[in-house]
Amino acid sequence: METRLHGWHVANGARMVDFGGWDMPVQYETGPREEHMRVREAAGLFDIDHMGRLEISGPHAVEFLQRVQTWDISLLKPGRAHYSMILNDSGGILDDIFVYHRTDSWLVVVNASNAPKDTLWLKSHASGLDVSIKDLRAETCMAALQGPAARAVLQALGPKEDLESIGYHHVVERTFAGARVTLCTTGYTGEPGYEILMPAQGCEKFWNAILEAGAPRRLIPCGLAARDSLRAEACLPLYGNEIDETTDPLSAGLVRAAVRLEGHDFIGRRALAALALSPLPRVLVGFEMKEPGVPRHGYSIASGGRVVGKVTTGLFSPSTGKYVGMGYVETGLAGVDTEVSIVIRDAHKAAQVVERPFYTSPHWR
Amino acid sequence: MEFKVDQKVRYSKTHEWVRVEGGEAVIGISDYAQNKLSDVVFVELPPAGKELKAGAACLVIESVKAAEEVFAPVSGSVVGRNEALEKSPELVNSDPFGQGWLVRVKLAVPAEIDSLMDAAAYTSYLSTL
Repeated sequence: METRLHGWHVANGARMVDFGGWDMPVQYETGPREEHMRVREAAGLFDIDHMGRLEISGPHAVEFLQRVQTWDISLLKPGRAHYSMILNDSGGILDDIFVYHRTDSWLVVVNASNAPKDTLWLKSHASGLDVSIKDLRAETCMAALQGPAARAVLQALGPKEDLESIGYHHVVERTFAGARVTLCTTGYTGEPGYEILMPAQGCEKFWNAILEAGAPRRLIPCGLAARDSLRAEACLPLYGNEIDETTDPLSAGLVRAAVRLEGHDFIGRRALAALALSPLPRVLVGFEMKEPGVPRHGYSIASGGRVVGKVTTGLFSPSTGKYVGMGYVETGLAGVDTEVSIVIRDAHKAAQVVERPFYTSPHWR
Repeated sequence: MEFKVDQKVRYSKTHEWVRVEGGEAVIGISDYAQNKLSDVVFVELPPAGKELKAGAACLVIESVKAAEEVFAPVSGSVVGRNEALEKSPELVNSDPFGQGWLVRVKLAVPAEIDSLMDAAAYTSYLSTL
């Protein structure tokens, strides 16, 4: 599948790769490291048109959402957004999502590769409820503008629009370059910025207008490689790496971020409550290499010559200059400073459990 | 896309280069190879004294994408390693024919050089890819 900006990427020197069935730009000629640093220091623009987005509305929208996702949305005022999850009955993670409370509807943004599965799941749990589940992909295009200069870039594009008063994790409507867009102050980079739903018609023009407005502030388009290293430094989970149907929010350490166990009864709640009663066999940790080497998804984590876990994500972190990673280890070895090793091509390389995230942006207000 | 081709070195089909200096040879990867790899983040060099065999994997370059093997273009024992790559693996990207060199070997079979492509042959080889 191709996003609406596919032709633009190819014409502008992007290297394309398959990502969950989507032909996406992994990098431009600038290169992943520079794209990564540009988002940390200035701003980057990402095509995220592949992301699934559903509009939930109708008299039973709240009742429906309380049932199918983990955050208690009665706490979510209009204009606010929150991270959440869709679980199966046994507490396994079907997807991690963002829920946005718009004026008279809810927006649910889901992972691209999970969108067909999620849509089927949600529809199958809507029976008997007066709720509409509408796929917004036909009428909207989605891009992410991320980095400390993101607000200044948008402000240059819409000098009269109020952006300063919008806090983090909000959703608002604004007009830029003649287009009415939904601005979400969310992202997947660990930097402040926006995820933008713009009208599908004319989206390439809008994309170009953002790049043009941002050029004086060193904005560049960024690919999936930078998106992945940025989210990994911020320890934001990637579906298929840190989380999947065989993992749960407790073991992934995501309960505080995504789940309200009290207040509403959602699918998977009982299973989670039961899991919480006994010690977890394994938990997700962050680690730093003490010997140089690149940990990668699927590598074994060892201790005392014994395999004690698996790497879910590993990388050279451009912002810190360190080789770091995340992975599941036996709970007894999850404490910060615990020494472990990562098995890289049969060699055991020293590593140490460290605090997460690996990098915290100084640009949060 | 245009790639730099150093006129003074010999090339393998797997995009390694060799520069002969007396009875020794310096080995690296070409500009084309570094571009395909994307940003290099780690180079695992063989230890000094290791015997490399022409055509066999001799070291690993890790890029942001994946770990890729480098094949020895000639046989010989390792007499020098580019230690600068430990702190600055990106030299393989920025200066593949210069500061981004990988290892220096004492040639075991000097005649192996003749089976490698010269710059003109490598340039036409690149045009077929």
